[in-house]
Amino acid sequence: MSDVGISSIAGYLPRLRLSKKSVSQANAWLAPNLVGKGKGTRAMANWDEDSVTMSVEAIRRILGTNDDRSHVDSLFFASTTMPFSDRLNSGIIRAALTLEEQTECIDVASTLKSGTSALIQALDKVKSGNSKYSIVSAADKRKARAASPQELDFGDASVALSVDTDNLIAKYINSSSLSIDFIDHFRQPGEEFDYNWEERWIRDEGFLKIVPKAINDLFDKTDIDGSEIDHFIIPSVFPRVDQMIAKKCGIDPDKVVGNMALTVGNTGSAHSLLMLASVLERAKPGEKILVCSFGNGSDAILFETTDNIKNFKPHQTIENLIETGVEENNYLKYLTFNDLVKWEKGMRGEQDRKTALTTLYRHNDAIMGLVGGKCSKTGTIQYPASPISVSPNSPELNTQQPYKFAEKKAKILSWSADYLSFSINPPNHYGVVDFEGGGRIMIDFTDIEKGEIDSGMEVKMVFRVKIVDDIRGFTRYFWKAIPV
Amino acid sequence: MATGIRDKVAILGMGCSKFGERWDASPEDLMVESYVEAMDDAGIEPNQLDAAWFSHHIDDIGAGKGGTPMSIALRLPNIAVTRVENYCASGSEAFRGAVYAVAAGAADIAIAVGMEKLKDTGFGGLSPTNYGTLTPQIGPSGSAPGNFAQLATAYRAKHNVSAEDLKRAIAHVSVKSHANGAKNPKAHLQKVVTEEQVLNAPMIAEPLGLFDCCGVSDGAAAAIVTTPEIARSLGKDNLISVKALQLSVSNGLENQHNSWDGSYFHTVRIAAKKAYAEAGITKPREQVSMMEVHDCFSVTELVTMEDLFISEEGAAVKDVMDGFYDADGKIPCQIDGGLKCFGHPIGASGLRMLYEMYLQLQGKAGPRQLANPSIGLTHNLGGQPANNVCSIAIIGAHDA
Repeated sequence: MSDVGISSIAGYLPRLRLSKKSVSQANAWLAPNLVGKGKGTRAMANWDEDSVTMSVEAIRRILGTNDDRSHVDSLFFASTTMPFSDRLNSGIIRAALTLEEQTECIDVASTLKSGTSALIQALDKVKSGNSKYSIVSAADKRKARAASPQELDFGDASVALSVDTDNLIAKYINSSSLSIDFIDHFRQPGEEFDYNWEERWIRDEGFLKIVPKAINDLFDKTDIDGSEIDHFIIPSVFPRVDQMIAKKCGIDPDKVVGNMALTVGNTGSAHSLLMLASVLERAKPGEKILVCSFGNGSDAILFETTDNIKNFKPHQTIENLIETGVEENNYLKYLTFNDLVKWEKGMRGEQDRKTALTTLYRHNDAIMGLVGGKCSKTGTIQYPASPISVSPNSPELNTQQPYKFAEKKAKILSWSADYLSFSINPPNHYGVVDFEGGGRIMIDFTDIEKGEIDSGMEVKMVFRVKIVDDIRGFTRYFWKAIPV
Repeated sequence: MATGIRDKVAILGMGCSKFGERWDASPEDLMVESYVEAMDDAGIEPNQLDAAWFSHHIDDIGAGKGGTPMSIALRLPNIAVTRVENYCASGSEAFRGAVYAVAAGAADIAIAVGMEKLKDTGFGGLSPTNYGTLTPQIGPSGSAPGNFAQLATAYRAKHNVSAEDLKRAIAHVSVKSHANGAKNPKAHLQKVVTEEQVLNAPMIAEPLGLFDCCGVSDGAAAAIVTTPEIARSLGKDNLISVKALQLSVSNGLENQHNSWDGSYFHTVRIAAKKAYAEAGITKPREQVSMMEVHDCFSVTELVTMEDLFISEEGAAVKDVMDGFYDADGKIPCQIDGGLKCFGHPIGASGLRMLYEMYLQLQGKAGPRQLANPSIGLTHNLGGQPANNVCSIAIIGAHDA
């Protein structure tokens, strides 16, 4: 039987990094106990990002710009903050990525170990031959109450990896999984925030007992011991818990992988795999990586890097993602983006944002996948496609072939920064962009600050939340342009 | 081969309400105000009207849909009333309907009334418009100023004009219109402003500041048209007749085809060429006496000067700064204050533009009267630069 493992991995961090000092100082009068946590930053999603959009971005980073994505036959999406309780969230991701309809899409939810659980499922699926190439993506954008420790501990991010039998950078050895109804926190449907139990109990009875059990189960299965582990991954918001677990399991505490607490924060379902991405971008051949997670039980997965790791060049390293973040010192912006303050939206914010689901389905490729048309006779490229081509001198009928825009670069033709229209992050930037190779769209810009835009500037497309229909509880997605 | 509309229809009477924040006035009040003035001017009775056109853009905050709001407000004698809507060019559309009915011989006398009641929204600016079910899912979350502001960014890039120079030129456009509006008792905004005030006003959509945007107003305007023969039989002389009526509508090219560069109005150039041909105008910069253009935003007016072939392409900034379009310039533009100061009750605006040209051609424009104008051009735009309708009308002395 051929080896199974990881052939590619990429993380995604939102552009902004919230200064924890700005949070702890603003809340010091109310929560003086949190002042000590006011160090470093945490990843902060833009208002138009959620776990689905962040996953799309991470997966794009492993799939590259090739239009042909037919090799992806299964997709696992793991999160505790899926935008929809009943709408296949991984199906939204599939549509955005223009994967084949036959791609099996599976949501893995309800626990912070969902990322590693999804990975185990994908590994099993490929190992059993039921999938040839599987993608696993995990993302979380967890809400926390203002002035809570979670607000400072959490971070928003996503990660994606491909499970394959070819071109492996890390070979799968084995895994173990424990499901234990240990409730360190919980959140029922409709609730915005977690309810948390005492930290000391979570640490002593949870992390320090359950994770070692999963690790030892794995060691028993694989006949290896802790001393052989080169990289040990266990995310925890509690200081030194990772070291304590390592010690308990005979792992050299120096092999504990940094958890990015002071730069990214704890990214929930994504975090074990995000840490794995940070290891794989610097690992050497023949190293054993133990990836663990904690959440109503524990998963432990063992990988060994291959020779291919020498040639592995991620789209963007985690190290570089951390370095290129933009610090945000405006805590109120974070609160507003996350709907944690009652802010004045103005009458323009009252407009009904009902989405015609019939229209959305009829134009699913155009809206979700940014697929336009190319005239088979004149070659004219346009968005969206139409029965009669837009080509001025040759309006051909029914000649449009699907043409994907999402991975094409574009340049700004015209733009404005609009203070009048409703925006969660004013001014509202939008304009006309012309694509390399043809075609144009008038489109919203995002991840852009005032004064950062001009005609002729190069942009790329990102999949984002377009609007949220508060009346019906529906998130509408579309593509936007960001500076390259 | 169509012979065109030139000199086939004369204007029998016109009326225009006071524009502005008419908190006191209902849609019916506004319509009646313009109607009474137009009927008095025409000197006819309601039962002499054969057909009516009613232009009204935003029905959900105005008078409602259909022809009934006008028929009821004016107690018309159960004649045909057709409601027309073509974005901000709706007023010209009503005029076109009435003129064509007369030219066709289907009506002896027809009336066009345009009305908009915008100040019942509870906020400044235009209310967001719905564009079906697909466009909101793929279009940007924008506003009118943001769409028109893009002209400025594309124009700057194309003609290599600095942001400061363009901002100053469009400021001059607004300063000029405010100076003109100050002489118009029916105008919404009747105060002069300085260039400094315009340049330092709060930003609405970069680079358009508050004074680069037209007034959002309540108002109504009306035109009564007939044949020159009937007009004479009713005792009218020195007739003002329609020389050209053209409408060009975007077909998606600007929005979807890379051939448009974003710095001009594709439709305006097409409509202008056809209108000049219809009116027999070969040298517009010399033959047009005055213009009312669709200055919804200062930059719109600036690029329109080129699209109407008055300024050379790339030369509008210079012409504007030279005062070519000022009240004492070669071709005064927005002599009544324009949309900028007279105001912009959408459904009425096209008719309001014609009202000013009509007054000027008759020498009845009071303190803002120009010396001996013979040809007046109105340019009424709807939509936004990348997707619009452009209506151009030319009127002048019938016997000229």
